[in-house]
Amino acid sequence: MANLAGGPTAGTVKGEQSVMNVMNRQELLEMAQSELDRQNTFRCRLLICASTPCISSGALAVEDAMRKAVEAEGLQTEIEMVGTGCLGPCSRGPLVTVQVQEEPDVIYERVTVELAPQILAKHLKGASVPELDARMLSYDWPFFAKQKKLVLSESSTLNPERIESYVARGGYMALGQVLREMTPEEVCAEVAKSGLRGRGGAGFPTGLKWDMVRKAPGERKYVVANGDEGDPGAYMDRTLMESDPQRVLEGMAIAGFAVGAEQGFIYVRGEYPLAAKRLEKAIRQAERRGLLGSRILDSKFNFRIDIRMGAGAFVCGEETALMQSIMGRRGQPVPRPPYPANRGLWGGPTLINNVETFGNIICIILKGADYYASFGTDKSKGAKIFALAGKVNNTGLIEVPIGITLREIVYEIGGGIRDCRPFKAAQTGGPSGGCIPAEHLDAQMDYETLQKLGSIMGSGGLIVMDDQSCMPDVARFFMEFCMDESCGKCGPCRGGTVQMHRILSKITNGSAIMEDLDTLEDLCLLVKETSLCGLGNTCPNPVYSTLRYFREEYESHIKDHYCPAGVCQFTEKPLRSA
Amino acid sequence: MATSTNSKARLATVWLGGCAGCHMSLLDLDERIVDLLALVDLVYSPVADIKKFPEGVDVTLVEGACCNSDNIHMAREIRLKSKQVVSFGDCAITGNVPGMRNRLKVENILSEVYADGPGPAPPAQGGLPVLLAKVLPLHQVIPVDVYLPGCPPSPERIWLAVTAMLKGEPVELPAEMRTLG
Amino acid sequence: MSVVTLTIDDKLVSAPANTSLLSSIQEQGIDIPTLCHLKGLSERGGCRLCVVEMEGNPRLFASCVTPVAEGMVVRTNTAKLLKYRQMMIELLMAQRNHVCAVCVQNGHCELQTLAAKLGVTSVRYDYMCPDLPMDASHERYVIDHNRCILCARCIRVCDEVEGAHTLDMGGRGVQSRVIAGMNQPWGTSRSCTGCGKCVQVCPTGALFKKGSSAAEMVKQHDFLTWILDGREKKIWHWR
Repeated sequence: MANLAGGPTAGTVKGEQSVMNVMNRQELLEMAQSELDRQNTFRCRLLICASTPCISSGALAVEDAMRKAVEAEGLQTEIEMVGTGCLGPCSRGPLVTVQVQEEPDVIYERVTVELAPQILAKHLKGASVPELDARMLSYDWPFFAKQKKLVLSESSTLNPERIESYVARGGYMALGQVLREMTPEEVCAEVAKSGLRGRGGAGFPTGLKWDMVRKAPGERKYVVANGDEGDPGAYMDRTLMESDPQRVLEGMAIAGFAVGAEQGFIYVRGEYPLAAKRLEKAIRQAERRGLLGSRILDSKFNFRIDIRMGAGAFVCGEETALMQSIMGRRGQPVPRPPYPANRGLWGGPTLINNVETFGNIICIILKGADYYASFGTDKSKGAKIFALAGKVNNTGLIEVPIGITLREIVYEIGGGIRDCRPFKAAQTGGPSGGCIPAEHLDAQMDYETLQKLGSIMGSGGLIVMDDQSCMPDVARFFMEFCMDESCGKCGPCRGGTVQMHRILSKITNGSAIMEDLDTLEDLCLLVKETSLCGLGNTCPNPVYSTLRYFREEYESHIKDHYCPAGVCQFTEKPLRSA
Repeated sequence: MATSTNSKARLATVWLGGCAGCHMSLLDLDERIVDLLALVDLVYSPVADIKKFPEGVDVTLVEGACCNSDNIHMAREIRLKSKQVVSFGDCAITGNVPGMRNRLKVENILSEVYADGPGPAPPAQGGLPVLLAKVLPLHQVIPVDVYLPGCPPSPERIWLAVTAMLKGEPVELPAEMRTLG
Repeated sequence: MSVVTLTIDDKLVSAPANTSLLSSIQEQGIDIPTLCHLKGLSERGGCRLCVVEMEGNPRLFASCVTPVAEGMVVRTNTAKLLKYRQMMIELLMAQRNHVCAVCVQNGHCELQTLAAKLGVTSVRYDYMCPDLPMDASHERYVIDHNRCILCARCIRVCDEVEGAHTLDMGGRGVQSRVIAGMNQPWGTSRSCTGCGKCVQVCPTGALFKKGSSAAEMVKQHDFLTWILDGREKKIWHWR
């Protein structure tokens, strides 16, 4: 039995060098099999979530403690320790999954350094550890059971730093299938048939976009993955890039084949060093095995991917600004048309999708468009990743079928509001989105419904608020964010965000008069309708939607200097009475 | 326009934080001053020796920005006692030249001007109005009905605006007569 | 060259394909406000004053960066557009320290003229009164950031016509500022040729000749057409 890694824990470098540069399908299958065989040599596998949230709650120390325990027992050949991608319930980290052969997997939450050796004792020696039993998470727990993982399907068991781990779970089979059996038209048609829509927020039909780039005339075309996730509280893209980087790369390569591009860029937010590191490693490993680069999988298709790091500007998540940034220019939006599909990077037709969109491609190709389209609603297919945050009992990253109701997310997956307080609103879409009040708890989470309610699907931020949240204050928070992040190119957004923020500050400090509310509403409309790019077009949404559903709260701030949530301190007085 | 007992409109002009240039421009109406006075009673003005702002004023022209607590107090009194308030000239409308101090801290200005250089401001003596942290345009302190821009507004602008108001007509200055500056 | 027909303010007009909607509108003699647009420079689409309504589309379009298209039906002067344009001017005036009375360009300023034309006689927003410097390090010209509206005409003319690219934009949002070189005193920039094109295209008193006093600065834009006509069409007379 070939052990590619050469040893249980170290030695991947040696393994990498022994592989030839060009790989065909047969060799890919062999690589998958040998990795599975290697994994099967272990009696037990300890999977420690190595995503940023778990790392920040101490996963590395836990891993270290476990490793020491394994070594102390001399069990290195029997137990494999794997740093994996994200499991989801991030507030309960560090999370450890125990896989013992012939036994169901067990997940532990909030594992401490002290408890780490106890896991070995419990699973290998049958010791009774009540403390651990109390920390077991059941797969029947609604947080897991209500999810449908199409993109993050493998992330909780993969080692994101080893390509073998990805290949063993069917990685690069989709690309192989596309290269061998499909034409670019067919790929675009399949994606279109799946009903997949852009996961960056706007929800443009992905298949249609791919076909536009495919048909656009141009010698050089480009594929860009947008990983510049900037919404406060959102970390879907980071998790995907950290947990399953190869999936994004494979999706991009399939897109490259479909549209006729040989160069891809993945634009990673500057604040995501771990994602960038893992992607870089993933690219290098894929290139070394001929899964990226020239003559991929022994075909005529060439595709290279390079990483570009952002430098902290939120607006670079806007596609035209992002492309300017990739080209080394000032990261500012430029007017459309021309659309990127016709003239993007260096004048060439450019396909730009969110990393999560690319993450969906593998499922569509491997399981078929019909399977994919069996999830979701009429107009919005598949599943969507949300970063569930705020005042719910279970926060974390969830992937749910589109069309699930907000109530299911809050009360089943989220386990209800903390301290049994009442639900007040959910904010979707971050600074570009809006608030959904309690009366719409049964609304379906899909592109159209959310838009009708004055919010947007957005990239997937979902912040749940209870009665201790003050809506004008929430609106002020998001407006402050937009004001700081406005690039300053167009007048309405540059000046409008500042003035809207000023009025919201006045409302929350007691110096506003009712007339200011009209001025605020006018500004919302101005900035929304006349701004140059999506940042400006959507940044009034948090204000507008809270005004729509919680107008009486604004009025009580202004007229009575009373904040129902008890958040605002009214330290100022209005200068003018009317 | 509805007027008081002697059927003449009651006009007031007020000088807040400004250079009096707008009042000079008013006087530059020259012989039309006589025509104006045929239409109005000047019930309060820096050019007339009247100590208290009277009740029941029809039109008040307010020159100057609100720079101190006394200006605020005066502005509020004007609003209470006037049917129509005019922001008379750029200072009242934008803060203009007095407002150029707004980028600086008020304590620093006081010590720079009255003491020697940056440092704590000299202690305020009783009875003096307090300088505002920021010079404010009039409409941020009280609601304003008509804006008469210019630094100063030319006599022609003043004549057009005031006569229109006295006739009860809306003030509609042509574009070239409503420039700031 | 193919031609498209479109309707501008109820009037059927034709225009060469691939031209901007703004040029068609101006050709009709319609007085549409612009600030960042200047004939001879690339379009920026930044000031948004030239927005128009498009039938069948809820969005507004900045006409300078919208190509004409067959069957387009646009309105250039509705009550909503006027209101928005007034608000945009007011936002600009509230952003920096525009004190017309003491400005070198008083009486010749595009912002001041547009405000009057659009009926902006007061600003409903709070003045931001930023503490901005003035750079007088250049031997012939001065930049006063207090009067800058960030239209970037200076940046574009420096790059596109003079080819020096001394000026660019630094910072972001409301903190954006026109910078010289690597954000250094203008006078120390080695790429500046001192040509003064930036000064001439500036719509306000932000860029001016040293020694100008209040209301003395009058700017000339026609040099731009002259240079570009000469370069591109070999026409060498003032038009």
